Amino acid sequence: MELWYQLVGLLPFEWAQPGGMYFMKNALLAVLVISPLFGLLSTMVVHSRMSFFSDALGHSAFTGMAIGALCGFNEPTWAAVIFAVVFALLFNLVRRKSALASDTVIGVFSSTAVALGIFLSTVGGRSFTKFNSLLIGDILSVDPAMIALLALILVLVVVLWVVSFNRLMLSAVHPALADSRGIKVFWQETVFSIAIAVVVTLSMTWVGLLVINSMLVLPAAAGRNVARNLFQYHLFSILGALAAGIAGLMTSYYVGASTGAAITLYLALWFILTFVVGKRN
Amino acid sequence: MRKIKHGKAASGCGDSCCLKLEGLNVRIQGEEILEDVSFHLHCGEIAALIGPNGAGKSTLFRSILGQLPYGGSITFTQMGGPAIRLAGGTVMGETRPLIGYVPQSPSFDRGDPVSVLDFFTAATAKWPVWLPVPKKYRDRCRRSLERVHGEDLLDKPMGGLSGGQLQRVLLALALEPVPHILVLDEPLSGVDMEGEHQLLEMLDEIRTNYDLSILLSTHDFATLGSFADKVILLNKRVLKVGTPDEVIASPEFYQTFHLRVGKGGER
Repeated sequence: MELWYQLVGLLPFEWAQPGGMYFMKNALLAVLVISPLFGLLSTMVVHSRMSFFSDALGHSAFTGMAIGALCGFNEPTWAAVIFAVVFALLFNLVRRKSALASDTVIGVFSSTAVALGIFLSTVGGRSFTKFNSLLIGDILSVDPAMIALLALILVLVVVLWVVSFNRLMLSAVHPALADSRGIKVFWQETVFSIAIAVVVTLSMTWVGLLVINSMLVLPAAAGRNVARNLFQYHLFSILGALAAGIAGLMTSYYVGASTGAAITLYLALWFILTFVVGKRN
Repeated sequence: MRKIKHGKAASGCGDSCCLKLEGLNVRIQGEEILEDVSFHLHCGEIAALIGPNGAGKSTLFRSILGQLPYGGSITFTQMGGPAIRLAGGTVMGETRPLIGYVPQSPSFDRGDPVSVLDFFTAATAKWPVWLPVPKKYRDRCRRSLERVHGEDLLDKPMGGLSGGQLQRVLLALALEPVPHILVLDEPLSGVDMEGEHQLLEMLDEIRTNYDLSILLSTHDFATLGSFADKVILLNKRVLKVGTPDEVIASPEFYQTFHLRVGKGGER
């Protein structure tokens, strides 16, 4: 971290001067880790039409927090991660076994999870307000240990992308074709949804439940506006997420608004820009 | 009824390699989809599978691909070799025959940022296609596309291909590596007249060049005579097997489709 603080000290901002404002320096580093993470995941979330699923996962993560808090865990985040992974596994299983359309199954899971979360967090007449921070998120409260964890997850997701992006993509395009080429479609989908579950849950505290899904949809949506192959798709998605992440953090610092919301607005701007200059069909 | 003569399963069909389906039956959620389906398909042969919607054509393909549990037996005999059973889902070592599969029109959005090169490389190589694809794989993909006269499609987005172009790309993919059996699920649907002609010519070329068996399903009875060696009329069971003329002239064909197809080829 010392190295990072020294590096940031080179920037010409008032908060970047040595000896203070560590929360802001931490936040910047966190953004530099989280944005490429979401940029990467978002390409596949959009490609395999799972944006509704990641939204539902965000809600289930909140329920996991409530369960964790109820059980008296010091770190309800881990309870939430476990709950989200179970949620993702169950969802995959039900989607496979059921004749219902995917979005219907998601709706069933999502509404159940939300209801359970609200019920558990308000049972016994308790107030819901202590969970408000989860809805909006606060990236300025991120600590170095958490950044290290997120960085580790970024590395793991990159490894997952190197090892199984091809199979994941084919499974999404045509399950039967993928199967005919020896790909275990069910496991590909399961691993991917677990990855989303873990990332969404761990970053929810900082990004905020209400904007987390925009981080998983907007970068890739913008990328699709202009990309003609998968490399360009990833490039535009990740660069867009990074730029919006940094710009959003700066803006929120100077005008004093929610960082998550500011990042999302920049991503929306990026989408509009790519839409205007993008390819025409 | 069956026109194809054969000995016992183990002795094979003379010297030729052969895909044999014997007494195949498939149930999905208690409903019988295929019942006692038997036929043979030899190397270098093009067989057309016809039947009304819901006749079980796609189910038959999925059984051959090992994607469904089934009763009865599906075996493949190499030239002069032993009969190998195609078990449901399990890969039986290196002896299992390779099956090239051209699926029914996969769904690509027009805006999908997947180029033909991306798609092809993802299916045939370990190289992660979200990184720039190296020349080695580019060249390999181009060579494969040359087989189907589609080398100019290399950098086109999959979503922007016409029906015929998409079928050609999928065909090139199914031929990499060259399989023993090529299975095509309605390759002619969504393809215009010219594309259809090209595709059928290509299949004929492939059959002679690689000596493989081709099984395809189709609703286009008018062209059957021009390419198929054998036609299998399926409606849950095999109703008729024979040459295109024999099947089209048969009472079973008339009962199934309530139409007659003239010699001239008009429907």
